[in-house]
Order: sequence, then structure tokens, then C-alpha cells
Amino acid sequence: MIKSNKKLKQAKSLGIHSLLIVGAFMMAFPFLWMMLTSFKSSQEVINVDQWFPKEKIYWQDTKKGNEDFQVEIIEDYGEAAKIKFFIRRDPIIVDKSQLTKKTWLFSNFAKAWNKVQPSFGRYFVNTIVIAVVVTAGQVMTSILAAYAFVFFQFPFKNYIFTLFLATMMVPQQVLLIPNYLILSGLGWIDTYMALIIPWLAGVFGIFLLRQFFVQIPMELFEAAIIDGCSKWGFLFRILIPLSKPPIITISIFTFLGSWNSLLWPLVVTNSQEMRTIQVGLSYFSQAEGTEWELLMAASAFCIIPLIVMYIVAQKHFVQGEAGAGLKG
Amino acid sequence: MYKKNDYSAYAYVLPAASVLLIFHIFPVIYSFMLSVHQGTLKHPMKTYIGVGNYAAILEDVNFWKSMLNTVWFALSSVPMGIIIALAIAMLLNQKIKGLAIYRTVYYLPVVTSIAAVALVWKWLFDVKFGLFNQVIQWAGLKPMGWLQDSTGVFEFMASIVGLGIPETYLMFEPGFMREMVYGLMHGPSIALCSITIMSIWKGLGYNVVIFLAGLQNIPTGLYEAAEIDGANAWQKFKNVTWPLLAPTTFFVFIMSTISSFQVFVQIFMMTPFGGPERSTSVAVFYLYEKAFKTFEFGYASALAYVVFFVIFIMTLVQRKLGDGQTHQGV
Repeated sequence: MIKSNKKLKQAKSLGIHSLLIVGAFMMAFPFLWMMLTSFKSSQEVINVDQWFPKEKIYWQDTKKGNEDFQVEIIEDYGEAAKIKFFIRRDPIIVDKSQLTKKTWLFSNFAKAWNKVQPSFGRYFVNTIVIAVVVTAGQVMTSILAAYAFVFFQFPFKNYIFTLFLATMMVPQQVLLIPNYLILSGLGWIDTYMALIIPWLAGVFGIFLLRQFFVQIPMELFEAAIIDGCSKWGFLFRILIPLSKPPIITISIFTFLGSWNSLLWPLVVTNSQEMRTIQVGLSYFSQAEGTEWELLMAASAFCIIPLIVMYIVAQKHFVQGEAGAGLKG
Repeated sequence: MYKKNDYSAYAYVLPAASVLLIFHIFPVIYSFMLSVHQGTLKHPMKTYIGVGNYAAILEDVNFWKSMLNTVWFALSSVPMGIIIALAIAMLLNQKIKGLAIYRTVYYLPVVTSIAAVALVWKWLFDVKFGLFNQVIQWAGLKPMGWLQDSTGVFEFMASIVGLGIPETYLMFEPGFMREMVYGLMHGPSIALCSITIMSIWKGLGYNVVIFLAGLQNIPTGLYEAAEIDGANAWQKFKNVTWPLLAPTTFFVFIMSTISSFQVFVQIFMMTPFGGPERSTSVAVFYLYEKAFKTFEFGYASALAYVVFFVIFIMTLVQRKLGDGQTHQGV
């Protein structure tokens, strides 16, 4: 009886794991397919029967800009060979030493990187600068505001807080047009100012920190003040060191939100120099709609930093999400 | 206690308050002002037209089409997203080994950029060389049009069993009623359903994590008691899991519905022109086009207010019904 029970349990566990593994495979598959595509040649991408990159022969045209062409040997003469192109170009005879073999085309990443103007490097710099400044700014303004809301008494405190909270209900689309006009009025369209300043404060952060601060006993604050600690001193020497978990959560979500936003930077920037990764990617996909190996390489280098960040800081992600979701 | 007013508090609130006031609170009023005016790009508030824009919206067939598309999107993505996420969360809640690994993988799409993953799915859906059509063809079936197919999904399903959709819509004059009847009877387009599939995949991990937290808060004693009473798995789910999880489910339901009414990025990335016969043009996409393609700021602001109103009602419902409940749940 006990033995069969154990077997039943094993069977059940096996069933659960197989379901979960199938599900996990489906979740991860688009990323795997993205990676596989990003290493293929344009010939392989349209060859629907081929899943993995295979060995290919390349010939570099040293006379015309060192461009690499995928070729096929149609006649072998020992030292030399007659090669056929996949593009419209007559077959030629070349020295075999000029031919190279490649399987995984890492060069796609460099190609995609430089395919846009000025380059994805510039988009990365923009995105990182914006995300870092917005995150730092939002954390600072949130700490200051939440500190005042919890530890100080002042007229209209509750009205101000309610007004702040109300902005949480406003969807971003409502802000889009008026903010575009405000930013045009200020002459900030197509500058870092437009991408950064409107996001230097966020109610989510203030709310989350307030929820955390109210758990800290008021006596701690009063004792510190009586002992001669200034309000700044209490904030920086006691409160902030105590509040690392919510600060990390806010930082992660602000950073991710900034990094992943598309609509806002799409609307407030015009020039190529000001594009963020997401905006760059959307223009890239509209311009090079069929070069899937390059589009997937570009998607890959947009996604990989986030995946690395997620795996490194995983603990904070999941805790923050579950907590933020339910307490909000 | 420090009951005395401390005016230095304003200095602490000021940085956040100034940003919020200028860019988050004032624009709500400004947007409303814009919505009751008609104007040009340079002078967006040239002439006051009262409810003119709102009246025009109610008569705009394209607006109703995009609202219908938004509702289809919400109706298909929200319940499916909840059912699948709950099922996965329940499997993960069985004290299995490797929970952390599974959770990592299921959560992966949530942290990645939606613009980039939308592109990956666009490639999977590619009609000629995409993987999905390739697999379908191996299975000996006819390839699908995916993002390029405006066929309604009801029509598609009917055609599989050899039926057609009655042409009731022809009873109406061309215009609003004809479009609505046609849209309702044919269902969301295959293109929109393709985007729905991608969106469910993208948001699943978030819901799984929330559900898992909810499930872990259900006292195990209740299950043990149910087992002693001889309850089977279904009875345990019906009488313990489902009622105790209700606040979490409600939270997920409202949050997913609100965000599905704001869907934009995946639509824009996968069908930059609103899809075949504009069948993937949702509310926010239409708003974007009106505001930043044709620069009809007044009209687009009114559109924004309509969307805002719908979302606002849902938020109020959540606040009224969900408050307290969700806190108890945790």
C-alpha cells in the first residue's frame, strides 16, 4: 500500500514536471529562435527546412569595399574554384585561399549595430543615460517626498498626497498630447530634457516608500532629533540605510520602465541622434522589414542586457513584483 | 509627538510636486481644454467647439472599430491569460523541485523589452518563412496569414467545419451599424488574435508570480482538513483554492483589463499601419495616429479622454470592490 502510494507520488511529480517543462520550453522558445536566426545567413533564414546555422563558404570582395558574399563552389580546379553567387552576379574563378568557411555568423551583430544611423551604440548611450538619470532622480524625489509625508506635519498634507495618488489613475495616453505641447513650448522637443525631466518623479515610488516608512516607529525619529540629529541627518544616516529593499525595488522598476518605453521617446524625438534603443528598433524594423537575421541580432542585443540584469538581481525582481502588485 | 507644523516639509515635497504638477496633473486639465477646441499644429486651441470633438467621435466608424478591436483584445487576452497563469501557478505550488528555475523562465518575457519581443514574434508569424507556418505545413495543413489576415476568427472557425457567417450585416446601410454587426459576427481578425497570443505570452509570468504569492498564502491546514473530509482534487480547488484566491484573481483581472485597454507597443511593432483592413487598430493606436500622424490634437485629446473614462471606471470598480480584500488576501 505504502509502496504504491510512493509510486503514485512519483508519477504525479513526473506529470507535473513534464507539463512545466513543455510550458517553460514554449516560454523560452521565441528567445532561442531569435538567437538561432541571428547567427544565420540571409540564405539560411529563408530556407525553411533548416533550423541551425550550417557551414557556409564566403568570399571577400577586396576590390569592392571588402564585402563578404556567401558563395557556392560549382567547379573545383584544385588550387582555384569557380564560385556562384546567391545574388545577381556572374560566377567567377577565384583562388581557393580567398574562400573562408563560417558557421555561426557573429558578424550579423556588427552589421545590425552599424546598419542604423548613427549606430546602435548611440542609441544605447541615450537609453542608458536616460534610464540612469530618471532612476536616480525618481528615487531621490520619492525619498524626499515620502519622508515629508510620513515624518512631518504640514498644512494640506493629506490633500497633496491624495492629489499625487490620483495621478496613478491617469493613463499615459492622456498625458501624451498636452506634454508634447508643453515640451514644444519649452523648446525641449528632441532633447534629453524631454526624455528625462517629465519622469523625474513618480507616484509609484512615493507610495511604496511611504508604505515602508510608516512601519518605522515615530519614536526613532523623535529620539534622533532630541539627541541632536538634524532632519537631513536622520534621513541619510538612519532612514535611507534602513530602506534598501523598497529603494532597490523602485530602482529596478523605474529603470526597466524607462529602458522599455517606446511611445514617449517615439513622440518627443525626431532626429536619429536622439533615438533610444526601442525607437531605433522600430524604425529599423520598418526600414529593413525582411532582413530577419539582422533584425533578430538587433533584438538580441536589446534583450540580452535585460536578461543578464534580471538573472543577477532576480531576488529583487520577483519579490518586488509580487509585493508591489498586491500592496498597490 | 511632533504635532507642530513644520514648513520645511514643503521643501522636501517640492521636487516631486513640481514635476508631477507640470507633467502629470496640469496636462490632465490641458488635455481636456484641447479636447473642446479645434485648431492647428501651431495653434491647437484656435476655436472653441464645445463637445464637437466628442460628438464627432461617437459618429466616427473608425473609432468604434478600434473600440471593438480593443474590447476583442481584452476579452480574448484577459481570461486566457488568467486561466493559463493560474494553472501554471498551481503546478508550481506543488512543492516541486526546481521552482526557482521554472519561475525564472516563465518570468523572462516580462522583463524583456516588448518592442524587441514583438519583433521576434513578427518573425515567427512571417507568412512565407516564419516558423509557425513551417510547422503547420509539416503537419500537412494550409499555412495561415497570421498578421496579414483580416478574416474574423469566428468566420475562420466556421469555415473549418464548412459553414459560413450569415450576411446579416448587408441588411444595414453602409456605415456604423453595418460595420458593428459585421465586426461582432465575424469576430476579431486573425491578425489581432496573433497579437493576442503574443501578448498572453508576454504577460503570463507577471500573473504567475502574483497567483503563486496568493496560493502560498492559503493555509495548508485547509487542504489537510479537506483531505480528511475526503475531498478530491476538484473539490479542493472549488471549495478552498478558488474562494480564497478570489481577491488575487480579482486584482489580476482588473489590472490585466486596464493594461489591455492601453495596449499599443506590440500593435505598433507588429502591424505599424493598423493591420489588414485596420483590423488591429486599437484605441490607443488610433489615438496615436490621430495625434502624431495627422496632428488632430483636439480630436485625439477627446479620444484620450474617452479611453481615460473607460479606464477610470474600471479603476474605481477595483478600488471599491477590491480594497481591503486584496489586503486581507496577503
